[in-house]
Amino acid sequence: MFGFMLRRLAVAIPTLLLLIVVSFLLMHAAPGGPFTQERALPPQVLANLNAKYGLDEPLWRQIAGYVWGIVAHFDFGPSFVYPDRSVNQIIAAGFPVTLTYGGVAFVVAVAVGVALGVAAAIRQNSWMDYLAVGISIGAQVLPNFVMAPILVLVFTLWLGWLPGGGWGGPIYWIMPVVALSTSFMASIARITRSSMLEVLGSNHIRTARAKGLPERAVILRHALKPAMLPVISYLGPAFVTMITGSVVIDMYFSTGGIGRSFVDSALNRDYAVMMGITILVGALTILFSLVVDVLYAWIDPKIRY
Amino acid sequence: MALLEIRDLNVRFATTDGEVSAVNGIDLDVERGQTLGIVGESGSGKSQLAFAVMGLLARNGRAAGSVRFDGAEILNATPKVLNRIRARRIAMVFQDPMTSLNSYMRVSDQMAEVLMLHKGMGKREAVAEAARMLDAVKIPDARGRIRLYPHEFSGGMRQRVMIAMALLCRPELLIADEPTTALDVTVQAQIMELLADLRREFGMAMILITHDLGVVAGACERVMVMYGGRVMERAPVGPVFADPAHPYTQGLLAAIPRLDQQGEQLAAIPGSPPNMTNPPPGCPFAPRCAYVMPVCETMPPFDPFAPGRERACHAGLATVRAGHAPQPDLPEPAAADLDEMPASVLQEARP
Repeated sequence: MFGFMLRRLAVAIPTLLLLIVVSFLLMHAAPGGPFTQERALPPQVLANLNAKYGLDEPLWRQIAGYVWGIVAHFDFGPSFVYPDRSVNQIIAAGFPVTLTYGGVAFVVAVAVGVALGVAAAIRQNSWMDYLAVGISIGAQVLPNFVMAPILVLVFTLWLGWLPGGGWGGPIYWIMPVVALSTSFMASIARITRSSMLEVLGSNHIRTARAKGLPERAVILRHALKPAMLPVISYLGPAFVTMITGSVVIDMYFSTGGIGRSFVDSALNRDYAVMMGITILVGALTILFSLVVDVLYAWIDPKIRY
Repeated sequence: MALLEIRDLNVRFATTDGEVSAVNGIDLDVERGQTLGIVGESGSGKSQLAFAVMGLLARNGRAAGSVRFDGAEILNATPKVLNRIRARRIAMVFQDPMTSLNSYMRVSDQMAEVLMLHKGMGKREAVAEAARMLDAVKIPDARGRIRLYPHEFSGGMRQRVMIAMALLCRPELLIADEPTTALDVTVQAQIMELLADLRREFGMAMILITHDLGVVAGACERVMVMYGGRVMERAPVGPVFADPAHPYTQGLLAAIPRLDQQGEQLAAIPGSPPNMTNPPPGCPFAPRCAYVMPVCETMPPFDPFAPGRERACHAGLATVRAGHAPQPDLPEPAAADLDEMPASVLQEARP
């Protein structure tokens, strides 16, 4: 197992390099640049700016220099649009915010989703099942850009219970968490329900019942573990998506997470910020697919790496 | 009073294609310490009969009738009542040990939980007792292997684990549902021998469900032949082989391949089992039966033509017997059976 993890981490390095090269090339292939403005800059100014940020060098040297900066100094370069801020600073400011509301949203989505899914499965075709399925379909078809303004309207403007935006103590977390977690919660509930139904119909569950175990022990001790396998493979990518933030959440609630920075950087051709966040998301994706594999092996003893 | 008394048991399943009648009006008695073989092909309802007794029918299944265990009605009983009987007094061994054991739990945990639940043992004590039971089913190095997962055992060893798990509470009745079907032939013989030994040692009653007449011959005192959810014939094991009194039993026996058989064609019963969403109106075997008559549109009553023997067939006993070509090396019908001939002939004479 330990050897497997080392091998996977070793493979992660060329994967990240490939990610850097491909996104770098794609980014430069897009028309325009960080200094393209409504009113064209004088050619001499543009040339100076390009020279300052190294944009006049051949692409391969730019890529090599960028990678060298990361490897040698863990430096993701300066922002092209905000000259006084480095990419490291931008991520350091935004990522803790998205990590907080994303992490809490993840925990909420898993807890509520699994509970709803299990409840629906063990009472299949009862009112509880229909209620759970109804809630999850409702949550799924309600996109967060609809959810967010409704939440603000109800809890801030009408009831005045929650702050409509900004970032601070836990009271600021509530609406971002609810808006972000609902659709994930709905997916988790659906996956849990169908996987639980399949497991409940399997032979080893019949054996568990034939042992005279109470239903609670049959579900918790015998059915839950195998039923969680498909859920876990969904959770890896879902977790990364949640903690790297959502532009919708950042826009509506002015939370200041990196979701907003990512979209802004793409619009402004802020190459360095865009690359920095891309690499962060890529690295987290690789990390959590490894975590999923490790969890799989922990749950299913037949899996050995 | 019999240990297990089943009266007019019916099992039906609601499916999208309509209602399937898996078991139709079965009566059955098992005395303490007795062994009964239930024989029938796939879909004859034999496994569903067992699941109905244990309260293990699938969600869409409904059972009706009466199942009394040691005098108490247990059919459709509450989970609380059933859970006091399951494993403790009636245990079950399932067909496919790979899928019937929990592959996500160590064998020690799966076995220990039974003892912790029913005997109130602590974990350590329960695992030690479970290891002793693995010893009893002749698993070498039981103490070391009990920590393994099911997939780390061979097929035969897995079924031994399953049997050991069923016997942990020394049940009064063991229901073995095709315990050797998933195993190869040499392992089958070992498992059947083991079951017979343990049954004697523990003084259990046993219901052995199988499609393999050979397995029944070695392990059971009585046989019940099922087809289409109904009992075709029941008898002590000797007479069924020597003198099958029902056309279906005859067909089953004729279909057993023999070492001394000449030619290439294996004997088979023509046709295929009935569709149980729309079963034949009378005798379910009628569409495939060589002796079929117009009267077979109605279900024949049981004919207790000899002590301990019963058959459900409209065709006359003498006709069926005459149609059965005796196999050269089968033992001649036992003397006791020959003595009963006049009685059966007498019955034939009745209108």
